[in-house]
Amino acid sequence: MGMDYSIKIGGEAGQGIQTIGDALGRVFTRSGYHVFSHQDYESRIRGGHNFYQIRISDQPLTASRNKIDILVALDQESITSHEHELTSNGRIIYDASTLKLKNEGPAFLEIAFEKLAMEQGGDKIMANTVATGAVFGMLGMGLDIFLELIADTFKNKGDQIVLANKKAAQAGYEYARQHCDKCVFAVAIDEIKQRMLVGGIESIALGALASGCKFYSAYPMTPSTGIMNYLASKEEEFGVIVEQAEDEIAAINMALGASYAGVRAMTGTSGGGFALMVEGLSLAGMTETPIVIAMGQRPGPATGFPTRTEQGDLEFLVSAGHGEFPRVIFAPGTPQQAFYLTNKAFDIAEKYQIPVFILFDTYLADSQWTFDSFDLGPLRYHDYRLRGDTFKKQHHYKRYAFSDSGISPLAVPGDAGHVVVVDSDEHDEEGHPVEDAAARIRMVEKRLFKKLPLIKGEIAPPELYGDHEAHVILTGWGSTYGVMKEVVDELGKTMSIAMLHFSEVYPLPDLARFDYVAFLQKAKLSLCIEHNATGQFGRILRAETGFMFKARIHKYDGRPFTVEELIGEIHGHLGNI
Amino acid sequence: MVTLETYRGQIPAWCPGCGNFAILKAFKDMLVELQLEPHQITVVSGIGQAAKLPHYTRCNTFNGLHGRALPVATGIRLANHAMPVIVTTGDGDCYGEGGNHLLAAIRRNINVKLFVHNNQIYGLTKGQPSPTTSEGTKAKNVPSGVISEQFNPMALAVAIDCGFAARAFAADTEHLKGLMKEAMNHQGFALIDILQPCVTFNKVNTYEWYRERVYHVEPEYNPEDRLAAFSKSLEWGDRIPIGVIYRNSRPAFEERVPMIAAGPLVHQGFNSSRIEETLKEFY
Repeated sequence: MGMDYSIKIGGEAGQGIQTIGDALGRVFTRSGYHVFSHQDYESRIRGGHNFYQIRISDQPLTASRNKIDILVALDQESITSHEHELTSNGRIIYDASTLKLKNEGPAFLEIAFEKLAMEQGGDKIMANTVATGAVFGMLGMGLDIFLELIADTFKNKGDQIVLANKKAAQAGYEYARQHCDKCVFAVAIDEIKQRMLVGGIESIALGALASGCKFYSAYPMTPSTGIMNYLASKEEEFGVIVEQAEDEIAAINMALGASYAGVRAMTGTSGGGFALMVEGLSLAGMTETPIVIAMGQRPGPATGFPTRTEQGDLEFLVSAGHGEFPRVIFAPGTPQQAFYLTNKAFDIAEKYQIPVFILFDTYLADSQWTFDSFDLGPLRYHDYRLRGDTFKKQHHYKRYAFSDSGISPLAVPGDAGHVVVVDSDEHDEEGHPVEDAAARIRMVEKRLFKKLPLIKGEIAPPELYGDHEAHVILTGWGSTYGVMKEVVDELGKTMSIAMLHFSEVYPLPDLARFDYVAFLQKAKLSLCIEHNATGQFGRILRAETGFMFKARIHKYDGRPFTVEELIGEIHGHLGNI
Repeated sequence: MVTLETYRGQIPAWCPGCGNFAILKAFKDMLVELQLEPHQITVVSGIGQAAKLPHYTRCNTFNGLHGRALPVATGIRLANHAMPVIVTTGDGDCYGEGGNHLLAAIRRNINVKLFVHNNQIYGLTKGQPSPTTSEGTKAKNVPSGVISEQFNPMALAVAIDCGFAARAFAADTEHLKGLMKEAMNHQGFALIDILQPCVTFNKVNTYEWYRERVYHVEPEYNPEDRLAAFSKSLEWGDRIPIGVIYRNSRPAFEERVPMIAAGPLVHQGFNSSRIEETLKEFY
């Protein structure tokens, strides 16, 4: 790998860490670099210690590293906590007047962010613009792209604000160039390629918009709230209604009402909120009402770590809801996968009239990746509903009519002279409650057994990356994709290693298309890597296929794996080969 | 031509003499008078004896979960505000299990008609107290009598500015039908609390008990006077007013949602190419 730098911005909540991080990410992307960023923050609006870590390279990136090259310290805590992460050439920039402390040592570069901002006719608030400018100066980059971004960002605030910010950026930039005499960063790049920088949470929302989602009801809860916010910002443009429900129970029931009425509907939440939705999930199962549910995991039980990450709710989703009914769980590993799998979720939910989950976590929600583009070619859009004139032409209509596939016509009420009756009770073909045993058996067969094989046929096999005859196989699902991939790249230089990643996680992919169990059995060391304490995916795989991993790596401290950390864990198991 | 026959449904499984029969009759008569066809309305219900009503007539039906009819109805209205949506529910379903949704529906002023069959008892689960059971009433699970104060839906409705709030008595079926029609014509959320004798489990609030107490609000009573309405809503005991207790002309929620100003969401097409422009924001 060529250049590979990591920049960390640390400080208290409310100091503008995210603003700096977002600006750096955008400028690096527009300058032609590959970017990966992730965030670490506490459940508070002011104070505490938060950070934003951005990695840039001339090669694609999919995870964070342990080591940092530039630390932008907005508080002393950032220095205390992260000084040891600096590389040997790493530098720390800080404003001694804000920290009320002078830090001595070769790594430190003191820059009076606030004073420089004020001198440029700006406000103290523009200290962050000075700091951002300084980072570009240290890296030896140009400043034009940042200046353009400033003009764009502040254009609604008037010329004066734009000018003051530009001057502040320039001041920080020049100061760093003149005073960072020991800076040895080299960020040359051959050609500037246009790429997009996108996070997991926006990608889910974009996937919904690209699938004709017309209704989103939710109750705010980290890490899912960003979906609601993004969709709300596009309400009028896309003709989508976003409704903040009074609670999660209402959120799922509203979405089911909208879906019954004939529009594509979605809800989103996190574990605690989903616990409240569970009865509604069962209602979707019984009434065969399509719904997409974005479920963002954070560490539990109960309130847990509200702003941190975990993969602790897979088994909860697999078995959530009283009674037996089919469901699909997708667990994207990248923002790009989140975009396409959300699209597939809408398609499958409507095609089979079932609930489909996008199971993500705080780490995926908040991390940003660069991609060349999201190709719109593979997107699916087919309206499976019986509506308008097609519905009018039907002589009879029964909502739960028996069929070979188990799929009954899903009609839009009001479009024709037939009534559409759905019931949470066990029901007959017309949707009215029944009590008899034979009707119950036929309905379970229709709803569950006939649909299941068809649904299973939709599930893509896991992605195999690396050596196809690998001795060591890292297996995971969801957000561990990126870190496992980089570890395979790194360790693959000296050993036979591969990654097996499940993004379409439940029902488990059919072995007929790719016998991943046989592949795992051939390995000398099969490792299951999960961000939870008990190895939920490993347990599901064992329950359904009998396969048992040789070893497991579980992380449940609420923080994502870095590349170095995972390599260290793997090394601990290599002796078992 | 819509007739009573149009609205023939399954045979009710209610107890003989149940107040629900009268409510069902008023409901069908109202629909016939409004000449609405079964496919032109949607009835949403939850769990309880009242929740079975849509199966005993003919209509688009969403018979969902206990207490959750209002959010489903809200979702339906937002997806298709050309479709009249009625919720049939009971005192346990709506005032107990679904209390939060009632507050939210009134605040939104979503154009849903809420008909609460209030028999002051749980019928389906055989005789436990409901939020509207009077204080001191003894039940199998509360042998020493109900301690909580009786819930007053009319007072709540006035307090949080409900668009339309009325009380009816099931056995005064003509009057109930009239109120149902008024509710249907009201442009916003409408609550009718329908006093309904439960002949099996409520031995206190019988037909006789209600007949001795209910009276039609005076012709000069002005339901748009909120303070007067609050006084009226507090009347209970020896004399119980029935009729429109409170109404206002707050615009309905649906009228204030710009995305559906041009027509129902369900009839709006989808143009997938728009996403291409949106993705440009990420470069």
